[in-house]
Parts: sequence; C-alpha cells; structure tokens
Amino acid sequence: MTPTAAAPVVVAGVTHRYAGTLALDGVSLAFAQGSSTAIIGPDGVGKSTLLGLVVGVRRLQRGEITVFDGSLRERAVRDAVAPRIAYMPQGLGRNLYPTLSVAENVDFHARLFGLDAAARAERIARLLEATGLDPFPDRLAGQLSGGMKQKLSLCCALVHDPDLLVLDEPTTGVDPLSRRQFWDLIDAIRHDRPTMTVIVATAYMDEAARFERVIAVADGRVVADGGLAEILAETGAATLEDAYRGLGRPPGAAPAEAFVMPPRVADHGAVAIEAEGLTRRFGAFTAVDHVSFRIEKGEIFGFLGSNGCGKTTTMKMLTGLLAIDEGSATLLGRPVDAADIGVRLRVGYVSQSFSLWEELTVRANLTLHARLYRVEEARVAGLIEENLVRFDLADHADAFPAALPLGIRQRLQLAAACLHGPEVLILDEPTSGVDPQARDDFWRRLAELSRRDGVTIFVSTHFMNEAERCDRISLMHQGRVLAIGTPADLTRAAGAPTLEDAFIRRLEEAEGPSQDPPAPSRSTAAPTPGATVPHSLASPSPTSRSAGRGRVAASVALVWAFARREGLEILRDRVRVSFAVFGSLLLLVLFAFGVSFDVENLPFAVHDRDRSIESGRLIEAFTGSRYFRERPPISDESEIDRRLVSGELRLVVTIPPGFGADLLNARRPEVGIAIDGANTFRAETVKGYVQGVVLNWAQRYVTEARGPGTSLGLPFDLRQRWAYNQAFVSVDAITPGVIMLLLVLIPSAMTAVGVAREREIGSIANFEASPASIVEFLVGKQLPYVAVGMVSYATLAATACLAFGVPFRGSWFALTFGALLYVFAATAFGLLVSTLVRTQVAAIMAAAILSVIPTINFSGFINPMSSIDGVARWMGLLFPASWFQTIAIGSFAKGVGVLDLLHCDLALAAFGIVFIAAAALVLKKQEA
Amino acid sequence: MRRFLLNLFRLGVKELWSLRHDPMMLFLIVYAFSAAVIFVSAGVKLEVSNAAVAVVDEDRSQLSARMIDALAPPFFKTPVIVAAEEVDRAMDVGRFGFVLHFPPDFEADVLRGRAPGLGLTIDATVMVQAGNGAAYVQSILLQEAATWLRQKGIEAQLPIVVTPRIWFNPNIEGRWFSSIMQLINSIVILSILLVGAAVIREREHGTIEHLLVMPVSAFEIALAKILANGAVLLLAVVLSMELVVRGWLGVPIAGSRALFLLGTTIFLFSTTALGILIATLARSMPQFALMSIPVFTTMLLLSGNMTPLESMPTVLQWAMHASPSVYFVQFAQGLLYRGATIDIVWKPLVVMAGLGAVFLTYATHRFHVMLSRSA
Repeated sequence: MTPTAAAPVVVAGVTHRYAGTLALDGVSLAFAQGSSTAIIGPDGVGKSTLLGLVVGVRRLQRGEITVFDGSLRERAVRDAVAPRIAYMPQGLGRNLYPTLSVAENVDFHARLFGLDAAARAERIARLLEATGLDPFPDRLAGQLSGGMKQKLSLCCALVHDPDLLVLDEPTTGVDPLSRRQFWDLIDAIRHDRPTMTVIVATAYMDEAARFERVIAVADGRVVADGGLAEILAETGAATLEDAYRGLGRPPGAAPAEAFVMPPRVADHGAVAIEAEGLTRRFGAFTAVDHVSFRIEKGEIFGFLGSNGCGKTTTMKMLTGLLAIDEGSATLLGRPVDAADIGVRLRVGYVSQSFSLWEELTVRANLTLHARLYRVEEARVAGLIEENLVRFDLADHADAFPAALPLGIRQRLQLAAACLHGPEVLILDEPTSGVDPQARDDFWRRLAELSRRDGVTIFVSTHFMNEAERCDRISLMHQGRVLAIGTPADLTRAAGAPTLEDAFIRRLEEAEGPSQDPPAPSRSTAAPTPGATVPHSLASPSPTSRSAGRGRVAASVALVWAFARREGLEILRDRVRVSFAVFGSLLLLVLFAFGVSFDVENLPFAVHDRDRSIESGRLIEAFTGSRYFRERPPISDESEIDRRLVSGELRLVVTIPPGFGADLLNARRPEVGIAIDGANTFRAETVKGYVQGVVLNWAQRYVTEARGPGTSLGLPFDLRQRWAYNQAFVSVDAITPGVIMLLLVLIPSAMTAVGVAREREIGSIANFEASPASIVEFLVGKQLPYVAVGMVSYATLAATACLAFGVPFRGSWFALTFGALLYVFAATAFGLLVSTLVRTQVAAIMAAAILSVIPTINFSGFINPMSSIDGVARWMGLLFPASWFQTIAIGSFAKGVGVLDLLHCDLALAAFGIVFIAAAALVLKKQEA
Repeated sequence: MRRFLLNLFRLGVKELWSLRHDPMMLFLIVYAFSAAVIFVSAGVKLEVSNAAVAVVDEDRSQLSARMIDALAPPFFKTPVIVAAEEVDRAMDVGRFGFVLHFPPDFEADVLRGRAPGLGLTIDATVMVQAGNGAAYVQSILLQEAATWLRQKGIEAQLPIVVTPRIWFNPNIEGRWFSSIMQLINSIVILSILLVGAAVIREREHGTIEHLLVMPVSAFEIALAKILANGAVLLLAVVLSMELVVRGWLGVPIAGSRALFLLGTTIFLFSTTALGILIATLARSMPQFALMSIPVFTTMLLLSGNMTPLESMPTVLQWAMHASPSVYFVQFAQGLLYRGATIDIVWKPLVVMAGLGAVFLTYATHRFHVMLSRSA
C-alpha cells in the first residue's frame, strides 16, 4: 500500500448530465500527492458532482477518472481504493447517525473500513482527543451543536487513515469559532500526514485562501486554476472574494461590484419586534435564557452566535412555532400569539433547513404561498412572474426543488417568504451554503426590501461580511445575549481588528477555559507539530487495516458493522422495540380470541302461525340448541323482511297454520327456513345446523310416534373423526396462523423503511463510499430485525402454549428453525420493497398492501391452501406466509417433525435468498 | 368562512399534487382497488368450495365408486385415491381437508342393511371448511347411497318438508361476500396509511412547520389532508364498485348506491382522521409504520366482516365498538346485500361520524403538542 508517487487523482475529460442539464463539461484536472486544493464556484456548477465522481459514489458518464492508478469505471478498482479515500458529503452531519453516540459513530465508520478492535479503540481515543470531543464520547450525535457535528463527521472520515480526503462544504452552517478550529485541525492533520491529498469544496473565500491551489468552476468548466497569488494576479483583484466576482463572467462583461449596504435612514420610534426576558426550556436544558432586544421598523437586525446558542429557538418563539416559557415578545405591536392569523399575514419566515415542498415545482410552491397568503387571485400570476425574475428563478420555474442546488433552493425560500409583501422578515441562516455571488445578490434584495420598502429584517448568519451589513447585531451564546450594537461599535468595544475576531474573542471569554484546543493564528501556513494538536493524528502503524484478514472474515466484519449500527439504533428507539414485541403480543391475544369460527348464539326468531303442541316441540328443538338464541317471536309476515334486513336476525323459522294436524296425519307440512346470506360462511353453517336440529327432532319424533326401535333408515353410519383438534376449538386452530401473520407483517414493515429512509436522510452515502458490497449492506441492515423478529416469535409461541394452553404436538426445533427462515424471508421482502420505492411513505404502503393480501387470504390462515386455485394459489405459493403456515399448524396441532417440513424450510430459505438477491440487483451503490 | 374553504381548497390541491408526484403510490391505490379485489374474490372461499378429499377405498365396489364420484366440483375437488399409509403425511402437510375411508365389504354390508361404519377424517384445524364440509359430505353421500339403493333419500323420509332459503344470496356465492370484504379492507389500509404518512412526511421535511407560520390553522391543515386523500380514495371506491365489483365480477348490489357513497364518505372521514391521530403520536416514519399496523390489522380482522362480532368474547365486542370499521361493515352488509334503506342503517352512520369527529378533535390537539415537542 505504498502511496503512488504520481498524481493520485487524475480527472480526464469528464462530462456529467442530470436529465439533460449539463453539470460538468469536459473537466480535466490532476491532483498531486500531498496537495491541498479548494474548489470554489457558484451553486449548481458541479462542485459536488465532481467530488462525488472522484470518490466513486456517482457513476461516471463520460470521461475517465483514475484514483491511485486505477480507473474508477471498474468496480474492483472502486472497492480496492475505497479504503484509501475519506469523504464527507455536503450538509451538517450527513454521515452521522443522530441516535448513536459520538464514540459509536466513529466506531461504526472504523468497522466499515475493517479496523480491528485494538486499532479502533486507539484511533477513536486519539481522534476524539484531537478534535476536543473526548469529554463526551457518550453524547448522542443528534444532540451535538453544528460545529461539533462537523468535527465528529471529520473524525468519522479520518478514522481509517485515508490517503485522499474529500470534503464537500464541510463548514456550511458552522459558526466562525468552530470553523476556525475545524481548519486548524485539518492543517494539523496535513502536517502529520504530508502525503495525504486534500480536496475541499467551499463557499467561504477566506477558507479557500488557506489552500495551496484554488480551482474555480463555473457552468461545469474550470475557469481558473492555480495558487492564490496567481489567481489574484490574473484577475487583478485584491482578495479572493473580489476575484471570485470576476470569475466565470463572459469576456467583456464587467465584473459584479462588491455589494455595499446603503445606509439606513433612521425612522426612530416605531418598534417592529420586541423581546423581554424571553426564555425557553427543553427539559432541564435552557435553550434561551432571558433574552431581550428591540428591533425598529425597517432595521436589519443580525443574530450571531455559536451553533446551538438559541438563535433558532428565539426565532421560532417569535413566529409562534414554539411556546414562550417565560418573558414576553411583541411583533408589530401585538403580543406574539400562535393563533393570531392577522400577524402571520404580515410576517415572512425562512427556516434554517429547506422546508418547502419537494414534490411541487418552484412555480407551484410560489403559487401556493401567494394563495395561502391571500394575494388577490388576479394578481397571483403576475406576482409569481415578477418574483421569479426578481429572485433569478425563472430558469428553474418548472424544476422540482430536490433537483436544485442549495443556493437556488435558499433563493426559492426567500422568494416564498417575500411574496406577500411582509412587513417583517425572520430569516434563520438563509445564506448557509450559498455561494458568495448569490449571497451578494441575496443581500441586495434584502437591502431593497429594507431601504426601499421599509421591511424589518431579523436575520441570523455565520458570515461576518453579512453581519457587517446589518444595522445592529446581537451576539448570542449558550442561550444568552452577550452584546448588542452596531458592528463597528462591537468591534471597537472588543478591541479587535475585525468583527470576526471580536466575535471569537467574546465567545472565548464567555466559554472560559476552552475545551477545544487553543486556536492558533490563522496565518500559520505550516503549524508546528504538537503545538496545534495534542496528539499526532497519523497512525503509528499504517497497516493496521485488516488487509491480511481473509475475504470471508472481512465480509463478516462488514456485515457486523452494519448490523451493530442498525441494532443500536433500534435499541435506542423504545417505541419501535415495544411495538414490535408487545404490539405483536397484544395482537396475538386479540386475534386468537377475536377471529373465531365458533358459531354459537345465533339470533333467530320464529313466526309460529300454528301455535299447537307440535309446533311448540319443533321450536324447542331450536331453542334447546346452544347454536341458537331466541329473539322475540315474529307476529306478521312483513316483520320477517324487516328484521332480517336490519341484521338483527340470522335465521327465521316459519311454521305454517295447520302444522300440528298435518304432521299427525303424515301430510308432511312445509316449514319455512329463511337464512341471512350476507356472510356466506355463516349462511352455510346455519344451514348445516338447521339440518342437524331438524334431523334430531325427526329421529325423536319418529321414535315417539312409531314406537321404540323404529328410526329413520340410514344406509351407513358416517363416523366422523375430528383430527388434530377434536374439540374443534377456534383458538387452537387460529393461534398458529396468527403467529404466522404477525411474523411477516411486522418484520417486513420494519425493514421496508430501511433503505428508503437512509436514502431520504442521506446516510446511505456512508455505504456508497465504503468498501462494503451491496449484499453486505443489506444483510447487515437485515440481521437486527431478524433478531427482533425472533424475540417476538419466542414471546408469541410461549404465550400461545403457556397462557392460551394451545396444545403443542410437534418439534420445537422444527418450528423455531422454520420461524428463523420465515423471519429472514419476511425482512428480506421488506428490504426488496425498500429498494424498489423512492420514499418511505411508498415503502410502508407497498409493504403493507403487498403482504397483507396473500398473508390473510392465500396462506391457509382462513381458508385452506388445498382449495385455492388459479392466480390466487400462485399468489399464496409465491409468498412465504403459506409455507410457514404449514410449519406452524403442523408443529402446533399435527405433531409433524422436522423431516416432513423440510420442503417448507427449503422454500422459505429460497424466498430469503431471492428477495435479497433481487434487492441487491435493484440497489445501486453509485448514484447517477 | 369563505377564507376557510378557500384555504382547504388550496391545501387540498397541494395534497393531490404530492400524491401525483409519487407514481408508486398511485399504482398501489389502483392495485388495492382493482386487482386485489379480483384476486381475493376469486381466491377466498369461506363457503365449502373446492375442498380437497382423499379416499382410502378398501371395498372397491360399485357403491363406493359411485359415492366417490358424487363428491364433485364445485364443492369438492375430484377425490384422490390414496393408500392407507399415505394418509397421515398428506394430512400433516395440509394436502387434504377430508379423508374418506371405505372399509372392506362396505357395499355388501349396506345391501344387508347392517349400516356399516364409513370413516371420515376431518382436518379440524381448517375452521372454515371442517364443519360445513363434513355436513356436505354427509348429505351428498347419504343421497347417493339412497339413490343407488333406490330408496327414498333421508330428506324424503322426514315427517316435514324443510327447504332452507338463503336470503340475499340464494346460491351462496362467496364472490359477493369476499369482493366487498376486500374493498373494505383496502379502504381501511389505504386511508390510514396515506393520510398518516403524509403528515409524518411533512414533519420530517419541515413543511408542516412552514405551514404553521403561514396564515392557516392546524385544523385547516389536518382537514385538507383528510378531504384531499379522502376524495381520491372515494373516487377509487366508486370506480372499484362500478367497474370491478359490479362490472367485472357481476356482483348485484341490493341497496342504493348513492347511500353507499354517503356511508363511504363518512367512513373515510373517520379512518383518515384516525390516520392523522396515529401520525401525531409517532415520532418518525418507522414508528408510524409499527404503530399503524396493529391498528389496521385489528380493524380488518375484527370488524365483524370475516367473523361476526357475536362470535367474539364480550370484552372484545365491547372494545371493538371504538373502531369505525365495525359500523361500516354493519352498514355495508345491510345496504349492499340486504338492500337496507336509510331508516335501517342510519345508526352506524351517525356513530362513524361521531368517532371521526372525536379522532379529528384529538388529532388537532396532538398536532400542537407534536410541534412544540419536535422543536
């Protein structure tokens, strides 16, 4: 595993399209070993696409990419180089699992790359210490602040000692202090591992300036490539930010001017937003702690602070989304009240994460906003067109937001918030992840709104140049306001050269002795070893990766990595575990007793038009049977119809006038029997019972009338033997079937959301960038659910035997072995469904509908398989349920042994394997 | 009021767009109301039909042969002659529901009037077929033997004439029953999942929060979901009823179809409201999946549809009265099969509407709780 001396990454003539849109257009680049490169460019020009292609999570369309001398077109190469690459996808903590702890997250990534226990322990300890996360290894990732999340993400990416580190906008949405610490960490790592190649996409120009080489991309092409100095010289700009504005413009077009906020014409007196001692607690944690401020009408008020300091919570309280625990707030002169629709009409809000409808086009999203905000119908179309142009969205009007880059999505959010001409705009980090050019445009619009239209703007940001444009800003930390004032005043008061330094100084003061490593000066080009990071991050033993282990052992380790992670997630989710196990148990009780084919107490009534002793005897034959329960008699003909139609009666017996006389004179009077046929099973049963009752009555009548010894002459005596269930008890016959039902519905629903959810959330990228195969990923995800299913099986079977007293005649081994194969097949079915659909919603629906029908109807649960024909029979045979039904009923009621059930076991095993294989074929490790 | 209706309309249209955007969902809706209904009506036989019979014939006489031939379709599959030693294994794996055993000299004994024993082993684990099937076997065999002996059949020997008449479905056609049963099942599953999952999805994507900042109320959001998804399902039910149940399967509908539409509308209101309620109790999509399965399976299996309410333990009967499906089954069976009119089936309609209102009220309350918690 000697690092290649030549360029480890070579991109040659790469072109990439998404549904006709060109993302990359003939890009050729080479990255030298040990080099550090920043890629900058506007949103949606293909930065992320390029990085995705380089690490192999996207499929190459045209061109060639060689990584460590192997072509990424070949799967073998991708698998071989994956352990040498680390990739952090775009978005806060995208490669993290929120319900896993800090240490567990790193541990999972370490296992993905096959590190052994000793290497893992050592690496986790060192990485956490280096990133300052070591004081809380057990904190859940979901509870970390944004900056800490990104550090943890980095730990996860670095855990396997990569030779190539690829970071896609790693500091988007991270506060300045954390950002500074993050980059110092990267510098330290590079210093310790000089051979590591680093490629970073970023929207922060000051970050890009730290890199040896800067590549600017525009419209899918490289427009500038070189050292910072070269680029500055070439464009004649003073800073990279200025240079950036000139890049990618058509020749001849004047470079865009840096935006300067026009001064505010103060309009004293009128207050738009006022907060007084605002407090909000989540359990023991105080998110916002007595925050007070006053924002004047038309003012741009900035909110700065570290991640998780309470900015978002404050804003949500002002919009009425969160209740205020203590203190008060007024908005446009009225106390904040979630029910006050009038105020909502005058406010626009942009939330931190994208929160418009992905399934509606850009235009449809805006139209919905316009209408809900009560824009006059006649004005809607014009207003939409105007805003599409104003926010530069016209080219994307018919696109779905999911297909658009972050920056354009943010523009859409702002357009939606401004559409109805609000008097107050509350913007929560509206420019996170937006490129500098677009941010300037964005602020131009804010300026226009504020200065021209007098809109009050309350905005939170992590960008210092944005903060400087605000009329006043407030520094927040740990739920409290540290300072409020104009940017210039705050800088002066802190005695700092820039607002950023002032901000960081205030934060460090507030934090007291820092838990993070001391931040070195930014200008340090090459940090001194040890001075920046307490411990070396480089691995002392570069080959600690389990390269020597056999392929099988490595594969098992990978499956276990996925299984362990999924298992931890399930265990953390008590609701799911308890519903899976206790929910099944409750259903077993309900169904075992509720699904009953015992027919007793059928309501019936008699229409006796004879009222003789003989008719009375016949009626007694019915009332004496436990099958029938008598209801008030019928007095006239029309009642029969009415009472049957209303469902009150299942059976009406009509005895004609003169019945007694006719009977005695052997004139065979006709007795009318009307049966409710709505439920066909019921109708047949009633018919059978009626025949039985009449036969008994007739036997007795004949014996009495003609003397002892005489009886109805039957040619033979049918001796019925009720096999397996002599007492014909519903519970004994139904319970095994209920177990069959529950062991497929619940496990398949649990896995059905599996892959679809990872896709929706984005954590599937971990798998895509790992050396694991699709089958290892699927089986790893499946195993914990098999375990849950087996726990459920044990509970159900034990309850059936011990609590219900259902006799068990067969082999426990046969039943348990069958259940294992069955649960395996059921969970595999769920995974297959999950890979076939796009959304979790569709996954749940598909799993439920596709499994419920064959399970309830064509499995032998209610009606026997032996009498099902045609398509229905095939539906039953091609689903695991019918096979396990044979095993379950065979084991409980029939005493069938292992050998006689072998064909069922084989069928179930085949289902499991085929489902997994199909899922593996459908699932693609690379994205388009 | 106009504003309220307008908001409902806007939000409802948005809901329909979301649905249209997911072709898999549309496919599932179409499947559940068309192919699924056809498969189930063809495959599910709660009446005796196609029962598998094996025969061990140690007599091999003319009489035994005629009696075996009498067990014929549609009630029975053509019986299979098996050796005595094969019987146990074949029944163990469920190949046969009934095994008839003719002893040696059966015919001779019948002719001598000795009324010899004829063995019938019934797989009693098959609850739907065992009892009714045994009654059929007995009556068919007795009739056949009597004919062969040129005697009067057992019915002719009775001192009275009994002609059971099955009302509403004279030929006991299971198709009539199972098609409507599946239609109801599809309504239950889809209405709960469709609406509930739509709520969770909006929450996971942050769009619910966004809506609540806009000038619309939580009640409007919830009601719009109910109306939009309910309307889609109602359309599916109408099409299924007209094209699949009446058209393809030829099931006659006794009562007023307009009244059925009204009842379905009320039922959909109650189940979709229940779907929203479950969604507000779940924290994530996987949780929602696990919470809704027990709800809809109970509503399917214990609605009194497949097995009547009167067969259940009293406590359970009482508990199931909280489920709208119980009332819908009462309503649908009364209307569709028995041709009941509004004066007979108004009660279930009122109760369903009441349950729906309770679910929706609680769901709207939970909506706020859910939002303050999720932040």
